[in-house]
Amino acid sequence: MKTEPADAQWLHEHAEVSFEELAELSGLSPELLRELVDYGALVPVNVRSEKWTFATERVVAVRTVSRLHQDFDLDANALSVALNLVERIHGLEAQLQQLQSQFPVMRIKR
Amino acid sequence: MKYKDYYEILGVPKDATADVIKKAYRKLAHKYHPDVSKDPNGEEKFKDASEAYKTLKDPEARAAYDKLGSHRPGEDFQPPPDWGQQFGGGGGNFSFDDIDLSDLFAGLGGRGGGFRAGGQRGANFPIPGQDYEVTAPITVEDAYGGTELDLNLSVPEYDEHGRMHRVPLVFKARIPKGVTDGERLRLPGKGGKGVNGGANGNLYLTIAMQPHPLYRVTGHDLYLDLPLAPWEAALGASVEVPTLGGSVRLKVPAGTNTGQKLRLGKRGLPKRREGEGDLFAIVQIVVPPAPTDREKALFKDLAQASTFNPRASFPTGDGT
Repeated sequence: MKTEPADAQWLHEHAEVSFEELAELSGLSPELLRELVDYGALVPVNVRSEKWTFATERVVAVRTVSRLHQDFDLDANALSVALNLVERIHGLEAQLQQLQSQFPVMRIKR
Repeated sequence: MKYKDYYEILGVPKDATADVIKKAYRKLAHKYHPDVSKDPNGEEKFKDASEAYKTLKDPEARAAYDKLGSHRPGEDFQPPPDWGQQFGGGGGNFSFDDIDLSDLFAGLGGRGGGFRAGGQRGANFPIPGQDYEVTAPITVEDAYGGTELDLNLSVPEYDEHGRMHRVPLVFKARIPKGVTDGERLRLPGKGGKGVNGGANGNLYLTIAMQPHPLYRVTGHDLYLDLPLAPWEAALGASVEVPTLGGSVRLKVPAGTNTGQKLRLGKRGLPKRREGEGDLFAIVQIVVPPAPTDREKALFKDLAQASTFNPRASFPTGDGT
């Protein structure tokens, strides 16, 4: 059993993954992934380039729709809608959390 | 090995057609899928439904399951003696004690699903390891200084027959300082072990910042409620404020109101590359819960002497 701590990689907007890596990480087939790009649900960082790359912050949402694909038999069209909604929910949850943290909580000890 | 009644889990009769099974599974998936459902116990229920469906949707796996016979759910049982030769593919002397019922069928027929080992009994081509997603609870102090998390997982692993066993996976993950709530990290190769030279899976960590008794976290900023006595708020004061790097003195200007934010620059959480977030003290004016007679008398004096009307913006009572 290894005891050397494993280093973690950030998944954020500045780091990028290639098309092939995203397919591998998400478990989606390259064909499906290409369709998500065609439908505009998944926009590469460099749309015009031959070798597409994507922000790593999208990896988790793409993995989520990959699960939906497996567990609900969704097609690419439905997945595009789901990807949009999943990312909007992620964004709203983050915003809600931010607002909640600014809201003072009454705590008076008696 | 504990028995699970897959038909009962899906709520279908034992002679249900593939179509009925599929519909029953989908109905449960809509209700309990963790990416869709808000049911806190949804994940457990979906796992059961999904496990049942993975086996029952595949004719070969379903036949193998049916051959196990009927048992009460949760009952400890052993498959019939010839079951291993018929369906296991491997030798007969195989222990069923340390495995889960679903593990029996992982190597049979069914493709798709979480386990990518389907239909490859004894074949020697590479099978990549499974990915795992885990929520990592960390404290605000952990985010401030960085930490090492001890991760304790129970993961499936395949043997040379393509059968699955649960093995503990224990390792440390280094969490760099500057993580924030909801942030995701990937630990390459720390997921399930690949078989026959397949790559190991990945482990995804979602950072869940634990509630802190004092601070609320927004990104790299911290929010702290700062209770002030009415006279401190009115006259101004110098108060001691706890920060993650130790207490600091904060000058509260005279005439401070409830809800006002006092900023302590760079006293928040460290950022990924450089710099720090800020600490905001949110003023709350608090009256003495049990004022003494003297305090009451002084407040009365103040009430008499003051011309201050805190509700000047309200319309007047007579409707004019």
